[in-house]
Amino acid sequence: MTTTLAPSLPPTASPVTRRGRRLSKKTVGGGVIGVLGLVDIVGFGLEARSGDARLGLTLAGASVRLSPLKLPPGPTAIVAGMITLVLAGLWLRADLGKAARRAVIVGSGVLFMLSFLCWASAGKSMSLVGLLQSSVDRSIPIVLGALAGCLCERAGVVNIAIEGQLLFGAFAGAMVASASHSLYLGLLAAALAGALLGLILAVFAIRYAVNQIVVGVVLNVLATGLTGYLYDRVLVKYQNTLNAPAVFSRISIPLLSKIPILGPVLFDSSIFLYLTYAILIAVQVGLFRTRWGLRVRAVGEHPVAAETVGIRVLGVRYCNVMLGGLVAGIGGAYLTIGSVGPFGKNVSSGKGFIALAAVIFGRWTPIGAMFGALLFGFADAVQNILSVLGTSIPSDFLLMVPYVATIVVVAGMVGRVRPPKADGQPYVKQ
Amino acid sequence: MKLELRGITKRFGSVVANDHIDLTVEPGQIHALLGENGAGKSTLMNILYGLTRPDEGEILIDGSPVDFSRPKDAIAAGIGMVHQHFMLVPVFTVAENVVLGDERTRSFGRLGFGLLDRRRARQDVLRVSTQFGLAVDPDALVENLPVGIQQRVEIIKALLRDATLLILDEPTAVLTPGETEDLFAVMRSLKASGHSLVFITHKLNEVQKMADTITVIRQGKVVGTMAPTASDEELAARMVGRAVRLAPEKAAAKLGDVVLSVEGLTVLDDLGNTAVKGVSFDIKAGEILGIAGVQGNGQTELCEALVGLRPVIDGRFSVRGRDLTNRATREILHSGVGYVPEDRQAEGLVTEFTVAENLALDRYDQAPYSKGLALDLDVMDTAAGEQVKQFDIRTESIRTPASSLSGGNQQKVVVARELSRTIGLLIASQPTRGVDVGSIEFVHRRIVEVRNQGSAVLLVSTELDEIAALADRIAVMYEGEVVAMRSPDVTREELGLLMAGAGTGEKAAPAGAPA
Repeated sequence: MTTTLAPSLPPTASPVTRRGRRLSKKTVGGGVIGVLGLVDIVGFGLEARSGDARLGLTLAGASVRLSPLKLPPGPTAIVAGMITLVLAGLWLRADLGKAARRAVIVGSGVLFMLSFLCWASAGKSMSLVGLLQSSVDRSIPIVLGALAGCLCERAGVVNIAIEGQLLFGAFAGAMVASASHSLYLGLLAAALAGALLGLILAVFAIRYAVNQIVVGVVLNVLATGLTGYLYDRVLVKYQNTLNAPAVFSRISIPLLSKIPILGPVLFDSSIFLYLTYAILIAVQVGLFRTRWGLRVRAVGEHPVAAETVGIRVLGVRYCNVMLGGLVAGIGGAYLTIGSVGPFGKNVSSGKGFIALAAVIFGRWTPIGAMFGALLFGFADAVQNILSVLGTSIPSDFLLMVPYVATIVVVAGMVGRVRPPKADGQPYVKQ
Repeated sequence: MKLELRGITKRFGSVVANDHIDLTVEPGQIHALLGENGAGKSTLMNILYGLTRPDEGEILIDGSPVDFSRPKDAIAAGIGMVHQHFMLVPVFTVAENVVLGDERTRSFGRLGFGLLDRRRARQDVLRVSTQFGLAVDPDALVENLPVGIQQRVEIIKALLRDATLLILDEPTAVLTPGETEDLFAVMRSLKASGHSLVFITHKLNEVQKMADTITVIRQGKVVGTMAPTASDEELAARMVGRAVRLAPEKAAAKLGDVVLSVEGLTVLDDLGNTAVKGVSFDIKAGEILGIAGVQGNGQTELCEALVGLRPVIDGRFSVRGRDLTNRATREILHSGVGYVPEDRQAEGLVTEFTVAENLALDRYDQAPYSKGLALDLDVMDTAAGEQVKQFDIRTESIRTPASSLSGGNQQKVVVARELSRTIGLLIASQPTRGVDVGSIEFVHRRIVEVRNQGSAVLLVSTELDEIAALADRIAVMYEGEVVAMRSPDVTREELGLLMAGAGTGEKAAPAGAPA
């Protein structure tokens, strides 16, 4: 080996040249961070327009008001860039522990975003809290989709059909809420619709051992086609009765929602955000602290071993795939009765696939997947705000950032990525 | 517990895996089940453990019939099993693996929420481990433990479920000689505490050493019950069905020039860990270099690197002076290298292809097998017919798919193909694993012939018997390094110690020729 690596970070498949020399992961990682720093300085610092960037820290109507953060874009970006370069140097020179490496990555990312936002809003004002709030809201369906992914994949079933489950949930939620005039009935219907798609996936993937990717793709096509058809034929015709649901209103948590910055972002949202908290905690604790979770993970890692100690492998898989569908269905409901109201064709717009990426980004842990989903939500929110501010960078580039980040994670730049061992493999009893 | 099996029969399609097997295991007894691979031992034990259902026959425990439809039933009846391939989740801790399926949960008054009681699990492991002398750290991750310790975890798992009859399926196959001794000590202590043990193996010396009674199984039938005092020859003959010559005849080596020269070779495994660490050695023409070592010490990766299936990170190797480091597999094979991979079904054969097609896999694109863009099927068939005769491949026809051949005959197909080219170097990895004794004889004879004709042979085996019978020089691999180079008269004890890492301090003299 040509470089030293921290013991917790064994080198995973690295690029190998024919000569037998290879680029170490450490060098690549340091290089990426260094490039971020250079972009900070050259791209955002030296190219900065005049005028301070005003970043708003409170929303209109808040009881505690903070004055907006006024930052000179040029100097801010240059300082951020220099700090990032120092971090890159640390990464390359020092043997950082796991926590330190994460801190460096997060730090350089935050500094990059700060210089970018300052550069973009030079001479204008932008609500930072608004941006964060919008990020959190946008990531709700992605988090729920990703939790669905965790539930399925930890039990060894790859769920590509999250997208379809979101769509089914969105459709059922809007239609039932509209017809019954009860949002909660709509939410229930959405969850059941997601679970139904989960059941179909389970039957084909588990009972008939069909390739799970193929079934998933087919289910997505089915969901798009079916909801699209029903939208054209039914919802458009009976627009006022079947596709005019109300929307869940915001619930402010007393006291907590008054906390500056954090309050409006985390504790002043619709029931979906609080449901997401609950499900996130339940899945995380459930998978890693309970008997149920131990069995689920055993089934996903080594189903034969699970079978030999009396665990019903297929039962666990059925149960988890349907639970996953249920959670994704709730995520789908957010897309209609949690935000815009009526169903529109293909409202999920790829969020299910983004959720899959978030699962991988989070290395198949619920908490990690949540951070992945937040990253995607943030990118979505930023590109939305950019079109308002009007910058020279096409907003599509920003949408790419989380995917690049996912590739970096998957490439093993930040430790080892290891999916559940039996993920995607049908289990057939002897 | 007294266990009786009566008339157990199990068919898989037209194959009868178990044919009216009767077996009685007395309490407090070590009962050995001796048979070749594929004789039906594992099927029988899977039936006993509820993993497979028999077509006929019954199981009696202490005189009363039982019916196991799943492992849970067998566990409840006091039967524990240590599988040949461990049934442990690698990313779980020892304690988690031990309690899996039988977990205790914490309770808060009436509420439990199903939260795992990890402290209790840890205590349970420690209790059993001290009681039977099975030292193990309950918090260690299983994937970080050596195989010998993993096996202990399996035993603890069974004991914690109150198993009084323990089935050990080929327990010594993956162990170093030292670990095997530890296991035998544990087996004796279990026997002393009244447990019954079923000991499945095909190794004669272990049976003679440990068993109280020996039941020999051949082709799904019980062919005899013998006492441990029976001799090697008696046991082998009963197991195979005819008299067997256990070691091939071999004249002294006539060494020629260096054929394979390996210098500082470093190779990674699939997970990116360094599997081969700067290994150097030479093999001369007319010499068999045996690589001994417990499985998973880098032998697989070494062989794969030498045939271009795995990138070489550092170092180089050459065949007859030509540097072939990181060259394409095709180029390496065409330079006169024959390769018998360790997993014949996954790597050696395309099992869906016919025998004839498999025999032509390395040369289908060359004359006379191919004519322009087309294959010359007649030439292929004629050649295949000759090879089948020459290598004694027992197959219905050359058009039979390779998958329907027995393990030994499949291996003969691979050997026939590789030895039908002109080769200067043969790399044979576990050439007789899972092969019947008759075919072992044949393959061994062929390997010796190749050597006598002046080729170099790299033989990788985890079986000390095989290494001792064939090698002209023995290299021991441990954790990716060649830790010792020995002449074939080295004692088994010394080899055993070296394989367990006792020779790590000593660096093998690179490229040392036999004394």
